[in-house]
Amino acid sequence: MDLDATVPLSERAEWSDVVPLTQNDGPNPVVQIAYKEEFRETMDYFRAIYSSDERSPRALRLTEEALRLNSGNYTVWHFRRLVLEALNQDLYEELKFIERIAQDNSKNYQLWHHRRWVAEKLGPDVAGKELDFTRRVLSLDAKHYHAWSHRQWALRALGGWETELDYCHKLLEADVFNNSAWNQRYYVITRSPSLGGLEAMRESEVSYTVKAILANPENESSWSYLKALYKDDTKSCISDPSVSSVCLSVLSRTDCFHRFALSTLLDLLCEGLRPTNEHRDSVKALATEEADTNLANLVCTILGRVDPIRANYWAWRKTKITVAM
Amino acid sequence: MSSTSVITASVLYSLLFLISQRNTKSNEYGTGPIVRTAIPKDVRPAGSQFPQNPLAKRKGSTLERKVKFLFGLDRGFSSRSKLMSSTSSSKMAPLVADKHSRYILMAEKKKESFESVVMDHLRMNGAYWGLTTLDLLEKLGSVSEDEVVSWLMTCQHESGGFAGNTGHDPHILYTLSAVQILALFDKLNILDVEKVSTYVAGLQNENGSFSGDMWGEIDTRFSYIAIYCLSILKCLGKINVEKAVDYIMSCKNLDGGFGCTPGGESHAGQIFCCVGALAITGNLHRVDKDVLGWWLCERQKECGGLNGRPEKDPDVCYSWWVLSSLIMIDRVHWIDKAKLVKFILACQDLDNGGISDRPNDAVDIFHTYFGVAGLSLLEYPGVKAIDPAYALPVDVINRIIFTK
Repeated sequence: MDLDATVPLSERAEWSDVVPLTQNDGPNPVVQIAYKEEFRETMDYFRAIYSSDERSPRALRLTEEALRLNSGNYTVWHFRRLVLEALNQDLYEELKFIERIAQDNSKNYQLWHHRRWVAEKLGPDVAGKELDFTRRVLSLDAKHYHAWSHRQWALRALGGWETELDYCHKLLEADVFNNSAWNQRYYVITRSPSLGGLEAMRESEVSYTVKAILANPENESSWSYLKALYKDDTKSCISDPSVSSVCLSVLSRTDCFHRFALSTLLDLLCEGLRPTNEHRDSVKALATEEADTNLANLVCTILGRVDPIRANYWAWRKTKITVAM
Repeated sequence: MSSTSVITASVLYSLLFLISQRNTKSNEYGTGPIVRTAIPKDVRPAGSQFPQNPLAKRKGSTLERKVKFLFGLDRGFSSRSKLMSSTSSSKMAPLVADKHSRYILMAEKKKESFESVVMDHLRMNGAYWGLTTLDLLEKLGSVSEDEVVSWLMTCQHESGGFAGNTGHDPHILYTLSAVQILALFDKLNILDVEKVSTYVAGLQNENGSFSGDMWGEIDTRFSYIAIYCLSILKCLGKINVEKAVDYIMSCKNLDGGFGCTPGGESHAGQIFCCVGALAITGNLHRVDKDVLGWWLCERQKECGGLNGRPEKDPDVCYSWWVLSSLIMIDRVHWIDKAKLVKFILACQDLDNGGISDRPNDAVDIFHTYFGVAGLSLLEYPGVKAIDPAYALPVDVINRIIFTK
């Protein structure tokens, strides 16, 4: 840790040979800026070493100071990479540096790209570290888009698939509405080299998802996931009793969010599901409208009423109903 | 298509993610706790491994301190506490266009502003947001074109790419913003088209994807940017369009949406980029319009605002990305447009101008641009028409398409 860190650069002996370069906004700058002093000074010195292309240890330390002040500055990250390469720095230490910066602000592309650049150089040895790092970030924000993107890359490039499904489950236990975790679950079952693929996993995943739906029928992600399990195979979807019966279970409850169960039932009917009397009865029980002999029609009517903000969509769905029931 | 917004989006995404995930402790309208449909406790099935407590599941993220860091400011959770009354009155207020123009012009000239300093490296994006908004409000003439253009040209590198500001490295993001700004001023003719297009085309990878710059970050945002940029410069032939499109399609998810890379979660911003790129290259037929249209219209919350992914808070900028995508695939009638207009208008600072991510939060240029652009797509009176794919005023795009 640089003991001089709080002393202005202009007063540090180490930097006495450098002439800082001020921001040149042009002869008639569009934007005159009065910079915060510390920031201004740090960037002036950065510009100096950047322009002289000084790839030294003090340059490395300076990029750290600049990034602490503004981790979004992509030029500083670029230059840091050049210095790291020139000095052949220990990239394991760099991983720690990145994590320190991430603690203040992990929501920028530059930081994540830098992390990937470092991890790529270190290779499969750091698979565990990358999964741990993203886990820590996700523990603060379980929907962090960059973290998920990095995690997916790490699994692909470095490995570590074995525990991923379990990790998804833990996140879903904490928040079953976490769409990112459901997306990751799908990622794992379709791409993991050790699981056998979507069809092999379908039965257990359907069972898992049905439980989630029954616990929180208002969860868009779980319904979406259920449908995704039958990718390109609507025949299996409509013939799987679990799917039609989860709709029925939800629809049969009173005081329950029915919208996704209704829309899923509608999808099944349009794909050729033959509704049972129980299906008909549960839908009719929700209808305030006159009973329609066409069940799909009735479902659309109900949806138009309970989901008025999307009334146009449900009206359009009605026009698409071709099945006679 | 807001390629510009795409470019700025990359930077914006940093802001976007921060802002969209802000822990506002407010509901979608900015007041009161978030309340989910109440489910009676006895509905839980026996043996369920998913504990049932809807309110407990509604966790926001703790980004307030991160936002504070980024801007060096208190981002308005406490600073706008005259909120309740201003919320209810701003629901009814029209677009205060003059105040927004003044806000942008002031922001450009503001002396203080750690915010300006922190955004120094992405000034090119900020300029695009501000200038496009001014043009949409018919106030572009208030800016000195010569000053902007001469500064802009100092940002171009030997490679042909543009940087976010003088003294920074080139990147595809800022290259597009630069091209868009020149398009606004009808000054594309000053560009060395060969140079710029070579830079952009050079960023295409073997698999059809695009990198942001020499350091190799890959994202469908960059696919959109590259396609947009070369289309405006009329040299799309410099890239392998088929492979570019194939790569974008490899990022399509089963919900009809698109992510940043194959398998990446569907996200409104990425969807906008992919749909925009497909629109520009004449490949909209490859989109599952009905499936995607439903996913997009599901983004509309009760308050009328749109979110970017399931279970996230609505945000004015998502309103742009979702709305423009819906328009490109001819499904915009699936949302309640009037409610969305109300939501955007409720995000205005009626006193000082500017638009925020959601009602009663602090304003910024990014959200001001997206709010005005969104209102343009919703045909709000007094706002020029904007092209949903190119995110530039329609008259600007027409000028480009109908010349040469």
